[in-house]
Amino acid sequence: MDNKRIDQIIDKHQGEASSLIQVLLEIQSENHWLPKEVLERVSKKLHVPLSRTHHIVSFYKAFSFVPKGRHEVHICMGTACHVRGAERILDTVQEETGIKPGETDLDLKFSLETVNCLGCCALGPVMEINGKTHGKLSRVETGKVIQSYE
Amino acid sequence: MPKINSSVELEEFRKEILSKRDPKKPCLTLCSGTACHATGSKEVALAIEKEFEKQKLTKAVDFRRTGCHGFCEKGPIIIIYPENICYLQVTPEDIPDIFSQTLKEKKVVDRLLYVDPATGKKITYESDIPFYKNQERLVFTNQKIDPASVEDYLAIGGFQALVNVLFEMTPEEVIEEVKEARLRGRGGGGFPAGIKWEFTREAPGEPKYVVVNCDEGDPGAYMDRSLMEGNPFGVLEGLLIGAYAIGAHEGYFYVRQEYPLALKNLGIAIGHAEEYGLLGKNILGSGFDFNVKVHRGAGAFVCGEETALLRSLEGKVGEPRPRPPYPAVKGLWDKPTNINNVETWANVPLIINKGANIFTSIGTEGSKGTKIFSLVGKINNTGLVEVPIGITLRDIIYKIGGGIPGGKKFKAVQTGGPSGGCIPGELLDLEVGFDELTRAGSMMGSGGMIVMDEDTCMVDVARYFINFLSDESCGKCVPCREGLRQMDKVLTNMTEGRGKEGDIELLEVLSETAVEASLCALGSTAPNPFRSTFRYFRDEYEAHIREKKCPALSCKELISYYIDPEKCRACLICLKNCPADAIDGGKKMIHIIDQEKCTNCGNCFEVCPAKFDAVKIISGEPVPSPVPEEKRMIIKKSKEK
Repeated sequence: MDNKRIDQIIDKHQGEASSLIQVLLEIQSENHWLPKEVLERVSKKLHVPLSRTHHIVSFYKAFSFVPKGRHEVHICMGTACHVRGAERILDTVQEETGIKPGETDLDLKFSLETVNCLGCCALGPVMEINGKTHGKLSRVETGKVIQSYE
Repeated sequence: MPKINSSVELEEFRKEILSKRDPKKPCLTLCSGTACHATGSKEVALAIEKEFEKQKLTKAVDFRRTGCHGFCEKGPIIIIYPENICYLQVTPEDIPDIFSQTLKEKKVVDRLLYVDPATGKKITYESDIPFYKNQERLVFTNQKIDPASVEDYLAIGGFQALVNVLFEMTPEEVIEEVKEARLRGRGGGGFPAGIKWEFTREAPGEPKYVVVNCDEGDPGAYMDRSLMEGNPFGVLEGLLIGAYAIGAHEGYFYVRQEYPLALKNLGIAIGHAEEYGLLGKNILGSGFDFNVKVHRGAGAFVCGEETALLRSLEGKVGEPRPRPPYPAVKGLWDKPTNINNVETWANVPLIINKGANIFTSIGTEGSKGTKIFSLVGKINNTGLVEVPIGITLRDIIYKIGGGIPGGKKFKAVQTGGPSGGCIPGELLDLEVGFDELTRAGSMMGSGGMIVMDEDTCMVDVARYFINFLSDESCGKCVPCREGLRQMDKVLTNMTEGRGKEGDIELLEVLSETAVEASLCALGSTAPNPFRSTFRYFRDEYEAHIREKKCPALSCKELISYYIDPEKCRACLICLKNCPADAIDGGKKMIHIIDQEKCTNCGNCFEVCPAKFDAVKIISGEPVPSPVPEEKRMIIKKSKEK
């Protein structure tokens, strides 16, 4: 991500220090992660100490210090999905991809995250890949879904 | 449309909209909330648009994409007005039939109707379906409007309450009305909204702020998202009324970034409101100024707590601070700030329109009005339900929710989100209300209602919530950060077969400390899931510790899978689906699970055909030794198909 684009985003929020989270969210959604240089640039432009920016990035779940895979897998661990067997879905995905929640594989193919509720409780247990929802999953089906991604 | 400059102009505009609308003109509505999209409503919408062009019906029939209708189990849902015909689980392939039969020939498409599982009869009209029939929808009226259309909102009487307030009531009168209605905060705390408004109004300091808390983080609860997606004007109207009463000229919507559709629809609504002069300077010529900003939450459960939310609004880390001073006195940038959650704000126009008297005629002694619950888990009719407060849990679960699927037995219902509690079957006739639920050891919370059946392990449920809260603890105070971590460890040990005598006492001590000494409500209510499950399901805790047994057959480390040789028909299905190659067998040879190799994944249990039902789960007792080799051949072929 180049500095020009970062500056554009910062300017959009009138360069206020209180908009730090909003600026970071926008960069995260465009770039999918927050490299060190980007954080330095943002801190400098918004006159916020770099340590505080780091604190914020590590505190909120929406931010990532590391690059993400091509396919972002979100497994819903909300209560409704939990009582319908979300744990088993997570186990299957971990076996299939070889990564744990929060990790990305070496080929940058999959990133795995658990989320606390996707709000599609009627479809539980639910897995979302690149924004597409796969619902009413069994272990066997989950394996097939993961294998279908190239 | 030019700016509306007075209440008279607004009324004229409303009349103009209504005069253009023919109540007899057919209108097809499709639910298009986040949950509906997940079930395929986007594809259905495309098919509808195509069919409209093909059949050249664009002028004769209206098409409206609405927010969530609540009956998510059966989505996507189409309702055809004026008849009120309700079609469920519609796919793009069904659309041509709906057009050719219902819209053109006025015939009902039988296969898309709701079938009442009790009677087996088909139900044509939405209002006759038990799921809807037993609700009382006053706030959750998404199905009537397109969330992006100011005209739709005006057509159902929108902004009437705002006009009344701005032109006929003083701010004090508005506060008095809300106090009289005894509206309590719908976000979890249950604090009387009118009193909170009064504190903020009377607190010294300018400017004052009003905030909408849409940081709905409870897993299994999505009513605020649905309101925000489906009726953003309703929430905005409530906020405007509150701002006028409190004397605030700036407001914030704090919305989770995980809710993109809510953010989108809210953005559209704010844009329209500004255009029409319902936001900005001199609203409707009343002299009242008000502006709003939208702030996206970056994913932290604790930010639902008001002081943490305010810090996050300031662009900081969302850590709570001790109260008092309450935000009403010292809130955003240390100025008096009033925070209410989405549903609370959405109740305000209703109170003004109907009057406090009507509002208080619904509910129990201490809790008035209606409440939206998200009814999820092991329940037939998953969805959002709005019910009068005071209804019994039994009515919600059985009359509206349609009971437990698969003929299983009801075990408990968990209310109030992660910090709530589990209510057992003996208390199903409990009336639902703020105080009633608290007395039963749970709470109203934001309105999550997770139904659990006999297969749900209550120790695991407690572990699940404590683990969730420990993960979401901001880490600022010790009783919450360390206490919950230890509780999580003890409970995990129990569910994994390492529970020991003394664990329960340790959990009780840790609970007490967290309740007494935590800084905010996250920590002080966190032990509730343990306390309530222990109160009602003590035997399950004891079985886990003493017998290393999970009575619900759910804890992975405490169960074994076993194939009943009497029932196994050697069909090879489980054998093929075992990821660990732990099943031995062949054609006509009874299958056996090698317990050493088995990873307890449960695939075999899942795939074993129901007519055989050969895979069993065993807990707390040894697995029977395998059948001897010579008896493994199935000689006679089963007569059953």
